[in-house]
Amino acid sequence: MSTLLETSGLTAFYGDFQALYGVDTTLAEGETVAVIGANGAGKSTLMRSIAGSVRQAPEMIRLNGTPIGHLSADRVNGVGVTLVPEGRRLFPSLTVEENLLIGGWRSARSGPWTLEEVYRLFPVLKDRRGNPAMALSGGQQQMVAIGRALMSNPKVLLCDEISLGLAPVVIRDIYAAVPSILERGASLIIVEQNIEQALGIADRVYCLMEGRITLEGRPGEIDRAAMHDAYFGVQA
Amino acid sequence: MIWVDTVVQGILLGGLYALFAAGLSLVFGIMRVVNLAHGDLIVMAAYLILVLVTALNLSPLIALLLAAPLMFAVGWLLQQLVLNRTVGEDVLPPLLVTFGLSVVIQNALLEGFNADSRRIGAGSLEIASFSVGPITIGVMPALTFATAILVTLALQLIFYRTALGRAFRATSDDPDTASLMGIRPGNIFAVATGLGMVVATIAALYLGMRANFDPTIGPARLIYAFEAVIIGGMGSLWGTLIGGIVIGVAQTVGAAIDPEWQILSGHLAFLVILLVRPRGLFPAGGR
Repeated sequence: MSTLLETSGLTAFYGDFQALYGVDTTLAEGETVAVIGANGAGKSTLMRSIAGSVRQAPEMIRLNGTPIGHLSADRVNGVGVTLVPEGRRLFPSLTVEENLLIGGWRSARSGPWTLEEVYRLFPVLKDRRGNPAMALSGGQQQMVAIGRALMSNPKVLLCDEISLGLAPVVIRDIYAAVPSILERGASLIIVEQNIEQALGIADRVYCLMEGRITLEGRPGEIDRAAMHDAYFGVQA
Repeated sequence: MIWVDTVVQGILLGGLYALFAAGLSLVFGIMRVVNLAHGDLIVMAAYLILVLVTALNLSPLIALLLAAPLMFAVGWLLQQLVLNRTVGEDVLPPLLVTFGLSVVIQNALLEGFNADSRRIGAGSLEIASFSVGPITIGVMPALTFATAILVTLALQLIFYRTALGRAFRATSDDPDTASLMGIRPGNIFAVATGLGMVVATIAALYLGMRANFDPTIGPARLIYAFEAVIIGGMGSLWGTLIGGIVIGVAQTVGAAIDPEWQILSGHLAFLVILLVRPRGLFPAGGR
């Protein structure tokens, strides 16, 4: 498998506060990588850096070997990396369908995802297509947020805390969409606080603590005690 | 019967104020930015039309068709080069910059065209009229009003029926998330300001054909536009049209009671509505 996306020595600052200290990660074509860690570990900052919301030095992030760290968020979307932001961030003035269509704003990159395909993935959205996005339940809103990102036909889909605040049965519905997304050619980076969920779906897992990668491995090979240490930074 | 006539004339006058306000309303609805130079940009567009009419001997309507894309470019560049640097959480920088711009435009026009008042000639159209029952209606006010409705309708369609309108609304909701979706907010803002200037150019045509103008009248027109936007509810396009009509009717009714009251009664109507409905008649979000 060839490397699709990589971060090397990625640092991030909010004013004087340093959120990331030299984070090295890779994502191979067709792979699903999970990033786990406690609150404030830097997971969202990592996602926002890759997505271009936090600008970086060009070489810190590469897509197919091309430096993209310096690109603005709209350009990063244009080269095929799309973020499902934490907290969904749907557009309240837009209907469900309009939210989805905004995701396909850049029609330059065509691909498997169309309005019809998104409705096939999440049939419930088709019934609610004319509703204001904010009138939907939390789980349905999350489906809109994922569908909206898919409409840009991303090579890399970044999912930031897509299970946050949702009931287990709803989380299962949403994660049931992951195989279809992979099948259609996207690679995934999933940020999760829910460790079981992350281990269940990912090919590889990174554990992030206080802005550093503390553990990396395949779900089956990671020792639980080591993960506990990597997550909390204390001995179990 | 004289009262019916007064109200009808007021409604038609409201069309002119609605045209002044429509561009302002559009830009405010998308960027939450108040452009204090809007009135001066209308006057600038009026001079542009005047130059095209006199220098190239064009009819006012053809001049409008030439001036509109030029003013779109002015708005686009103004937003890209100047105003995009000021939009953000703080509302003060755009106010200060556009206030300064207002002074600059007035003085540049004064330098280029001197202080004489001018007018865009519209030939026989200026005095043409027709009768509806006992009421006589000027062709020019009727055209103004019809244009105001068409402009509002067109903006409404762009806003709610096109991909550009979706991008306008999404960017207005949340520019950061819009950029994650591949939209460049600065470009969307520039298109919005350009569109606002196209509407301002249409307003300028009627301003210039209906009355005399000189380089300094922009701010006075801006006040009516402001009042129309606020009466209608910030960010509501149809509300702005209604707001213009409210001011127009208040002015003609005030003038019918005593000619000295014309301007004052328009402002009083504005204050009364501000007291009763502080968020305007059709606040955005109540759509």
